[in-house]
Order: sequence, then structure tokens, then C-alpha cells
Amino acid sequence: MNRFSPLNLAALGFGLAFLYLPILLVVVFSFNASKLVTVWGGFSLHWYGVLFSSPAYLEAAWHSLQIGAVAATLATLLGTLGALALTRLGRFPGRQVFAGLMLAPMVLPEVILGVATLLLFVSLDIERGLATVMIVHATFGAAFVLVIVQAKLVGLDPDLEAAARDLGAGPVQAFMLVTVPALTPALAAGWLLAFTLSLDDVVLASFVNGPGATTLPVRVYSAVRLGISPEINAISTLLIALVSVFVIAASLLYKRSLTGRR
Amino acid sequence: MTPRRLGLLALPLLWTAVFVVVPLLLILKISFAEAQLAQPPFTPLFRDGALAAQMGNYSLLLEDALYLRALGNSLLFAGLATLCCLVLGLAIARAVTRAPKGWQPLLLTLIILPFWTSFLIRVYAWIALLKPEGLINAALLGLGIIDTPLVLVNTGFGVVLGMTYSYLPFAILPIYASLAGQSPKLTEAAIDLGATPMKAFWLVTVPLARPGILAAGLMVFIPMVGEFVIPDLLGGSATVMLGQTLWTEFFSNRDWPMASALAVLLTLLLLVPAMTLQRLELGRAAR
Repeated sequence: MNRFSPLNLAALGFGLAFLYLPILLVVVFSFNASKLVTVWGGFSLHWYGVLFSSPAYLEAAWHSLQIGAVAATLATLLGTLGALALTRLGRFPGRQVFAGLMLAPMVLPEVILGVATLLLFVSLDIERGLATVMIVHATFGAAFVLVIVQAKLVGLDPDLEAAARDLGAGPVQAFMLVTVPALTPALAAGWLLAFTLSLDDVVLASFVNGPGATTLPVRVYSAVRLGISPEINAISTLLIALVSVFVIAASLLYKRSLTGRR
Repeated sequence: MTPRRLGLLALPLLWTAVFVVVPLLLILKISFAEAQLAQPPFTPLFRDGALAAQMGNYSLLLEDALYLRALGNSLLFAGLATLCCLVLGLAIARAVTRAPKGWQPLLLTLIILPFWTSFLIRVYAWIALLKPEGLINAALLGLGIIDTPLVLVNTGFGVVLGMTYSYLPFAILPIYASLAGQSPKLTEAAIDLGATPMKAFWLVTVPLARPGILAAGLMVFIPMVGEFVIPDLLGGSATVMLGQTLWTEFFSNRDWPMASALAVLLTLLLLVPAMTLQRLELGRAAR
């Protein structure tokens, strides 16, 4: 009964075309010599040149990379500690509430998290800038890291650490020598995921960035609102390439973390 | 619990308290205040030692046609797009389960991959396709199917299409998971008993996959209701949704109390679906 009927083939073909064609067109038209979006004027790297000579885009890209790196590192730390607490501390009081609050940024609409965090910074009289965006991205990313690391921790045999203890290792030594190496791929996957999420976010950054801390997506967004232009095609293509590299790396690492030695 | 183990909890707990719990409480507090031209731009909750909370923002939310329409649009567009995601998701997920076993992981990876290529860019891609001088209209005009460009962008159609496109991978995965867990013998038995493959699918496969389908629906519906970027770029003035209203109140009107009241309303609206989703996920984990 494992027939692959024409209907199924059509569903798959349509599905993949629906998902990929729009992105493909953006990439193709980024190499278009013509300024018109619907007319092919020959192959050209003109728009990439325009992009790389635009200080506004370069500055925004530099902001985004800084924010992404710091936020992803913080998110990995917070998410991993949270996952360890949820898997290693047994059924402590308030465990469900703690899990719910850690995961809330994943479920809450971004406009709410954005407004809420901005109100916090305003009430505390904290000036908005790169650091405030890093904080909100770390909060957001930590939820995703927690899910990834927890999945790995649940599959990890606790007897391994116990065996290390029996053989004379202290609790910290056993953790560092047994659990941490086993977690490394999941940690790397979580970091890359948090970095990608940070690099992709418009809404949270729009709320909490200061005048001197515009990120790349925020810059692109304001350009898109004014209308489509070939430079945006070029910058999109670069971002697609960058994010694809990160995502493929993250998914390979994650796969290895789940299938690796148990 | 030893002190060292408690240390595990301390940092994430403190961080979540400061950057999630306190901000949400602040929203709740400010939603009972009134906007004023000052810094901060809202009235204090306590004045002269007495509670000065007022429900004005909430009563306005429930009376003003502007907010009610935003609420209606949010539910309508998110509902329609969820329906589209489920129909397409079922067809595609079923096709994946019927593909040769060796292909299935590759197909799933191909389905998830576009989800990770920047969200903003994928929405932007549709503007280039949908606008009056865009590719779809150019193609239809060129083929002589239409004489005047269709209005596709700045419409509810654009918003529903954009949301369906952006969230489809989210719907396919849980449906695939619940379809892949079913024994093919069940459909075979139905067919042996005289059902057509289509009938067997609707009478056996779909009812058995109901938890997965419900989870998929909630998983896409919840973020869609609060969506901001998609209706802002693909919709128009007639398709304003709650997320956009909140944004406008905050940034354009500088009415922070109203924006906060909208955030509280949105959270309450999503609380029941989110809790249902969590229960479904927990149920699946327990099985």
C-alpha cells in the first residue's frame, strides 16, 4: 500500500514550489541589471556594489552581528541552566511555573514582549542601545535553547555520570568530563539557533533599540515599507546565504547530538 | 536540594523574573493609567496616597469600532490562514508519509529550511510577486488572462496568503508526526472493507491524527493573531490587526496605557489556546 500516487506527487511539488519560488525569485532578481523588478536586464553585480558602498547598511550589519553574538551566548547560558534545573532538580515546587515562564517568550506575540521590555527599560531609566536589544534577544533565544538542550538531557543516561562518580570523580568533575562533552553539539546548535533568531528579528529590536543601534532587519524593514528596490534583493540574498549556512550547521550539529553516543 | 543545585536555578530564575515577569506586570499596571504629556507619558497608579486606577482604556477597547474591527480582523485572518495551513499541511504531510522511506528526512528538511531563511525577506518576496506591476500580474497580463492588474497586495487576501506561507512549515511538522505514527494497516483494513482510499483517509486517518492537527492549528493560530510584520507589509488600511493597532498606539499616538491595555487583551485572548496547546504537548510527552 506504499503507492506514491500522482496526487501525492502533485501535493509535494506544489508545496515545495510554493515554499521556494518566492525566495528563488528574490535571489535571481538580485543579479538583475535593470532597476525594474519585473524586467530582466541581464546579469549584474551592480546592486551588491551599491550595498557595500552604503555606510547605513554596513553599520546596521555590524550592529546585528554584535547583538547576535552576545545575545546568543547569553541565551545559551540561560537556556542551558534552565534545562539543567528542569531535568536535574526533580519535582521542585513551582517547576511548572518556572518552565512556563522560561518558555513564555516563545509563545507570546513579539509585540507584547517588545512593549513589555521597553516599559521596563523606561521605568528603570535605562538608555536604549545595543545592550537593550541584546537583553531582549537573549530572553527570546533562551526559550529555544532550553527546548533543544532539554531534549538532549532527557535522552542522556544519568548512570554515566554516576559511573564517573563511582570511579572517583567529584560531582563537578563528573559533570565537566561526562555531561558537558555529550552536550556540546546541542549547545552549539542552540547558540546558532539563538544567533539566527536575533539576526532575523524586526519587532523586538524596533521597540528596544536606540537611535544609534539600528539593526540590519530594522533597516531593511524601513526600506521595504517605502517600496521594493533592487538593493533589498541583494541584501536579502546575502542574508539568505548567511542564515542558510548557520541553519545547516545547526541542524547537522543537532542531528549529531541526538544520534551521537548515548 | 543542596545549595549548589539551587545555584542552577538562580540565574535563569532571576533573569526571567526581571525580564519577563516584571515587564508583564508593568504592562498590566500601565494599562490602568491614563496617557499624559509628560515623562513617563502616563499617570501614576497611586496619587495622593490613593489608588488612581481607571478602566477607561478597557471600556474604550470594547466600545470603539476601530479596536473591535482590529480584533475581528485578527481573528478572521488568523482563522482563515490557519485553515489554509491545515488543508495544505495535511495534503503535504500525507504526501511525505507516502514517499519512499529513504526520502522522508530529506523532504522534511526541505520543508523546514525556508522557515529559517529570514522571515522579513520571505514576506518581502511576496510584495514583489503580488503588487500591481509585480510578477503575477505581469504574467497574467502577458498571457492575456486579465486586462487590468488584479489588486492583490494591501488586501485581506495578501495578509492570509502571507501568513499561510510564513507559517506552513509549522503546521506540516506536527501533522506529519501524527500521520507517521499511524499503522498503514488501519487504512488498508478500511479499504479491504470497501472504502475508497479517499474515504479511508477522511474516516480513519484524519480522526486518528486529530491531536496532531489540533496542535498544528494552535501552533500557527497563536502567533498569527499577534502578527505585526505581515499585515503591515501585505495588508492595507482596511486589514489592520491587533498587533498593528498596538504598534500605532505606542509609536504614533504615544498612548502607552492604551497600547498596554491592548497587550493585556491580546494575552488574555491567547491564554486559552496556549494552555490547550501546552496540555496537548504534555499529553503527547506522557504517551
